[in-house]
Amino acid sequence: MRRHEYDVVVIGAGGAGLRAAIEASAMGVRTALVCKSLLGKAHTVMAEGGIAAALGNVWKEDNWKVHFRDTMRGGKLLNHWRMAQIHAQEAPARVLELEEWGALFDRTKDGLILQRDFGGHRYARLAHVGDRTGLEMIKTLQHHAVHRGIDVFMETTMFRLLAEDGRVSGAIGYERQTGRPILLHAKAVILATGGIGKAWTVTSNSWEYTGDGLAMALEAGADLLNMEMTQFHPTGMVWPLSVRGLLVTEGVRGDGGTLKNAEGERFMFRYIPEFFRAETADTEEEADAWYEDKTKRRTPDLLPRDEVARAINAEIKAGRGSPHGGVFLDIATRRSADYIRRRLPSMYHQFMQLAGVDITREPMEIAPTCHYLMGGVKVDPDSQQSTVAGLFAAGEVAAGLHGANRLGGNSLSDLLVFGRRAGLYAAEYAKRLARMPALDEERVRRAERDLAAPLDRHEGEDPYAVQSELQRTMQSLVGIIRTGSELEEAITKIDALAERASRTATRGGRAYNPSWHTALDVRSQLTCAASVARSALTREESRGGHTREDFPKADAAWGKRLVVTRGGDGRMEISIEARPEIPAELQALLGEERPAGAPAAAAGGS
Amino acid sequence: MGSVTMRIFRGDATGGELVPYTVETDPGMVVLDVVHRVQATRQPDLAVRWNCKAGKCGSCGAEVNGRPRLMCMTRMDTFAPGEEITVTPLKTFPVIRDLVTDVSFNYEVAKTIPAFRPKAPEADGTRRMYQQDVDRVQEFHKCIECFLCQDVCHVIRDHEENKKAFAGPRYFVRIAALEMHPLDTNDRIELARLKHGLGFCNITKCCTEVCPEGIHITDNAIIPLKERAVTRMYDPIAWALRRVRGEPAGTPPDPDRPAT
Repeated sequence: MRRHEYDVVVIGAGGAGLRAAIEASAMGVRTALVCKSLLGKAHTVMAEGGIAAALGNVWKEDNWKVHFRDTMRGGKLLNHWRMAQIHAQEAPARVLELEEWGALFDRTKDGLILQRDFGGHRYARLAHVGDRTGLEMIKTLQHHAVHRGIDVFMETTMFRLLAEDGRVSGAIGYERQTGRPILLHAKAVILATGGIGKAWTVTSNSWEYTGDGLAMALEAGADLLNMEMTQFHPTGMVWPLSVRGLLVTEGVRGDGGTLKNAEGERFMFRYIPEFFRAETADTEEEADAWYEDKTKRRTPDLLPRDEVARAINAEIKAGRGSPHGGVFLDIATRRSADYIRRRLPSMYHQFMQLAGVDITREPMEIAPTCHYLMGGVKVDPDSQQSTVAGLFAAGEVAAGLHGANRLGGNSLSDLLVFGRRAGLYAAEYAKRLARMPALDEERVRRAERDLAAPLDRHEGEDPYAVQSELQRTMQSLVGIIRTGSELEEAITKIDALAERASRTATRGGRAYNPSWHTALDVRSQLTCAASVARSALTREESRGGHTREDFPKADAAWGKRLVVTRGGDGRMEISIEARPEIPAELQALLGEERPAGAPAAAAGGS
Repeated sequence: MGSVTMRIFRGDATGGELVPYTVETDPGMVVLDVVHRVQATRQPDLAVRWNCKAGKCGSCGAEVNGRPRLMCMTRMDTFAPGEEITVTPLKTFPVIRDLVTDVSFNYEVAKTIPAFRPKAPEADGTRRMYQQDVDRVQEFHKCIECFLCQDVCHVIRDHEENKKAFAGPRYFVRIAALEMHPLDTNDRIELARLKHGLGFCNITKCCTEVCPEGIHITDNAIIPLKERAVTRMYDPIAWALRRVRGEPAGTPPDPDRPAT
């Protein structure tokens, strides 16, 4: 087994991992960056719409306080206030820093970074490059990192964290190309492994999104938070089947697109929740005027994602859907063909090439698609350290910033702000440790055996079959709308699948063998799926990304966090804890206290 | 629902063969879907590299009937019924297994390109750039690093030995993006000429033809770089400096001279 020694090991090389590695290496510590795929291919590359930051280039009225308020309200006040504050305050500097490193955002007439409208944001706030902002961001970070002397381990999957006495000591995994095990002995480990979307059938996420970081963290003794808070993006492609779930950027609506049902009705006006009524336009005239006149109220097409996804879901269920089971997203009748091709080139390309639909002439068909996990590893809001010493987490794998629902554009800024902080504080932590932490060689040997187990079994379960059954289970029982009896059924099924996953057998050898990779990935997926389903069953209210048919209202008494831990006997436990108390001066920025729920006008409690 | 027979390369660095697989197809499928169906139903260890399945990450490049393509963007209905379809790994790079190749050459070249070095901000702390000034560089930033241009380029496709002296179209695009960046102050033209083998591109435009992002690699990146290099060659002051330093007149150093 190959062994390496580092001060800081960053697992995951999307925006958060790259930004963390850049910061750690700038602090002068030995830094390794592990990517599950090739460098530059992580999910950040698929981000389309933009990076939210209150630069105030388009609307001078914008500032961190407004961004903070939008983020907290969009998250139905379940966010960690301190993370929301740091995020809103630091995002502009992180965006300007990308420009310093060579990024080229679209420009205003005055030569500054242009910003676009997005759901839940009061002002046009998203720095962007057409609809390929994630590509610009990951390439900028990648090129910047290349010259910093960071050791990069491409196509390497980490399988287990090593931790002794509540302190991390490294991680063990395998190189995809050779199948050889690899041990990274480290003072500090940063998880930047993203989310869990591949546990659903209809998803915008790629094969990599199997929740490895979450499963490893839980196993190492770290707490997870609010795992029931999953985001279904309102607009995924529905046809052809081959591309079902593929993301359609919120930028389509940000740039003037509108949702319509089969009757041609702009139905979002019927789904404005009480919580957002005061700030949402209730006529088409006002909604359309808002794009140019911010004294008008925002179009309901750009309500936060949880609201829009539920509304689309309801329209489809009511029989007012499109031919392939979605609703229509129309920009063709609202903007010129030139404008659409310039602002949304990759959407134009994607629909033309994969669906044969010309979005400058016809409406798109879209439906919700599993997209993002608001829950994740519980971290200290300033340092991003988890409840295990030396273990940090940043980006989608970490919880707190987005509360019960993430606003579009707040993910890319999250990666930069908290990626940098994780790199900084992990490097400081590593510098404070005088010696490398000890390794338990018995644990290392056991991990090596567990890694190879699916290869050593010649008879057993097919890993692809277990994975696709898990996806079907989550899709049908732990989807946008949940109910107690279905969640119980899901938990039973997930437990049975976990038992099958412990008996998977694979064909072929160690070198680049996807069936072996799937056999290992599916175990992480099952751990994450179980924590989502159990948390979802525990939270008896509807809030943000979590909607219970049997508890359809938000309940102020449930303004609490759910904590997932692994008990002494290895069993998963869910507990309820109070939210951190928000300082009065920040509370004053939020306006109305009561959170919104689902369906519309459902805010309840005291 | 129909069915399709696809011949897929199975093998590794020591060799391999085309193996025919027949699977069922659904409307709208792309080549990558068929490969995945083979993997899920017939050959669980079939190695293929992919990520986004939306033409945005550039992971799933392969040669479909000999032409470099992204498998995720190649629709099955572009083939005539009954047309023979073969899928083979990118030829320019060593095979690891099945459709997966070792593309580390590209990442090594990337390290040799001098970093972005911005000039000082303006007095008010901003960095003003106008859309018309960034348009041409934004075209280069569309590159998703699928390496199809590297694969098709005959300078390295047919001549392994040239890899040590030729960066390939992807990296000429990268160099052009930096050289034409309104804020950059570094100079990479001499390096492009001497180390990255700019002179060995004889503008056959094969790279432009295969680019899934539609980047005009030859016209907008390589030719302007060549013009800049030539301008400098015939600049009398630069010529005099070269004489004084005893540098070669214009051709790359002999030991690394690529065959073409």
